[in-house]
Amino acid sequence: MLNNQGRPTTPAAANESAARPRKTFTGNSGLQQEEALLFETGRADVSGVDIDEPEVFTSRLGALERKTPLDLPGFSEPEAVRHYVRLSQKNYSIDAGLYPLGSCTMKHNPRLNEKMARLPGFGDIHPLQPQSTVQGALDLIAELERWLIELTGMQSVAMSPKAGAHGEACGMMAIKAAIEARGEGKTRNVVLVPDSAHGTNPATAALIGYSVRAIPAREDGTVSADAVRSALGPDVAAIMLTNPNTCGLFEKEIAEIAKAIHEAGAYFYCDGANFNAIMGKVRPGDLGIDAMHINLHKTFSTPHGGGGPGAGPVVLSKALSPFAPLPVFSKSGGINKINENAGEFAGSGHHPFGRMTAFHGQMGMYVRALSYMLSHGADGLKQAAEDAVLNANYVRACLADVMSLPFGNRPCMHEALFDDKWLKDTGVTTLDFAKAMIDEGYHPMTMYFPLVVHGAMLIEPTESESLASLDLFIMTLRDLAFGVKRGETDRFTQAPRLAPRQRLDETLAARQPILRWTKPEPVSEAAE
Amino acid sequence: MSSSYFTKDHEYIRVEGDTGIVGISDYAQEQLGDVVFVELPAKGAKIGKGDQAAVVESVKAASEVYAPVAGEVLDVNGALEGEPGKINQDPAGAGWFFKLKITDVKQLDGLMDEKAYAEYLKTLG
Repeated sequence: MLNNQGRPTTPAAANESAARPRKTFTGNSGLQQEEALLFETGRADVSGVDIDEPEVFTSRLGALERKTPLDLPGFSEPEAVRHYVRLSQKNYSIDAGLYPLGSCTMKHNPRLNEKMARLPGFGDIHPLQPQSTVQGALDLIAELERWLIELTGMQSVAMSPKAGAHGEACGMMAIKAAIEARGEGKTRNVVLVPDSAHGTNPATAALIGYSVRAIPAREDGTVSADAVRSALGPDVAAIMLTNPNTCGLFEKEIAEIAKAIHEAGAYFYCDGANFNAIMGKVRPGDLGIDAMHINLHKTFSTPHGGGGPGAGPVVLSKALSPFAPLPVFSKSGGINKINENAGEFAGSGHHPFGRMTAFHGQMGMYVRALSYMLSHGADGLKQAAEDAVLNANYVRACLADVMSLPFGNRPCMHEALFDDKWLKDTGVTTLDFAKAMIDEGYHPMTMYFPLVVHGAMLIEPTESESLASLDLFIMTLRDLAFGVKRGETDRFTQAPRLAPRQRLDETLAARQPILRWTKPEPVSEAAE
Repeated sequence: MSSSYFTKDHEYIRVEGDTGIVGISDYAQEQLGDVVFVELPAKGAKIGKGDQAAVVESVKAASEVYAPVAGEVLDVNGALEGEPGKINQDPAGAGWFFKLKITDVKQLDGLMDEKAYAEYLKTLG
């Protein structure tokens, strides 16, 4: 007889308290599973593979043989797979949703890039294999160099730096080499850095051995040529400026600043982190910039933010090109060559300052970046920059009446910067607001940066978001903003309430960080 | 009898004779948020007026602490390294940074007294 009872397909009426149990037996929440450390769950005697004990085994380690167990946790294959899958499910990424992290340019990573990077001729090569066997890969690097030089209007590009700050170091080392070649290495020891700079800029200057002189930003969030001029002197080696700056504003006096810098005998380093806003629109070379890194992982869509290594090639002006680091890629007679020895340049006027990496750079990122460039074309790259700026301005315009803008409601570049004036006396801080965004399923924007703006909220939607996606984001932020104004303080100060972890004590974590797992003392069985 | 002077960067110096105790103002600690790390100058170091003397790091930002006047570092508040929270709890007292032997007390003339500093804070909104 058929069981025509079936299973219930509508939920029983739930009462309020049963709807959200506070704690479960397992500690899991729905299908969101808690995950312990491997060291807490693994056992040394478990292994994912069975290998026969060798029949004849003579150790040749002698006195070096390990006396105590290694204590490495062992797992079966399903246990190991689950561990990493569960961890990956805790990761928020651009593949999961909008990621408005200002100055980070979290844009979509096209799947075509991944397909290209996995071609065996690109994916399976080794930096030490004979150069005659990687001519195609070297052709790709040459083509990428050509695009980067074309887009920036510069003389040459050093490909090897691994990411933004590494690129900054490369550019500043080229500047230092140029200054030393002029015999001014001892006298020029100051680098000018505006207040609104990326934090890595002053850090890089200090790392290279320079002292930093800060330039205050103007009321409107930009740097004035006059302020630069008054900070200039015979002791200045360079300026490090970000354009568009971290307030999301274009530095309008940049050409005048460059002129003043050059007249004073110094060099102009531009932080290219925000190149996504001007790609195809403005060429840094035309602005008088001497060195700029390009974050391939931001502007050219190679994965980042826990998703992969970066790449930070540095474009150099005519004045700095002779100091470009090794390796240098060249081509003659149809054969590509990786020039790795300074001696190869004897008499050529090129004096490489050294090298930034052991090998040649991030090949996988090169492939992805060029794939992005070729699939978009020159016009497509320009449109990406325009759309990024349009999207940011849409967010700014749609939130201007409920949140506050530090520099007035005027057009921004690729990121919209809000301050916390509108939160004054509400009992809600920028941090609280950001945490409430997590409850709504959004990764928070960059907060408390740039430092020149009080309680900053820096939103960079990028060109990846559709109108529908932006509208939902805007409506969510408007709803939160109205929540603040209605005095729903708990929704913010207690947030996140729906995330696997509630508000963490960041102060305690910073003051007493626990950076290493320690094995708990075994419980004595004899204990009564 | 001691008197306190302030800089526009929110350091204070509490002067007694030709020595002064330097720290950051209550306003500064409030703006920084919870302090999590402090780097203090070396005892015996000679510091110029306006030179970076210490670093203070909070959950929000890292900032430099500049010497309000030139001098030689006589003593530092080593207790801050283990308990940087003292800066938030008692910036003018237990949260002091270092003690200076002031090179030239005339340099104090360029600083704000308590009243002028309070007025200055009002302009910052």
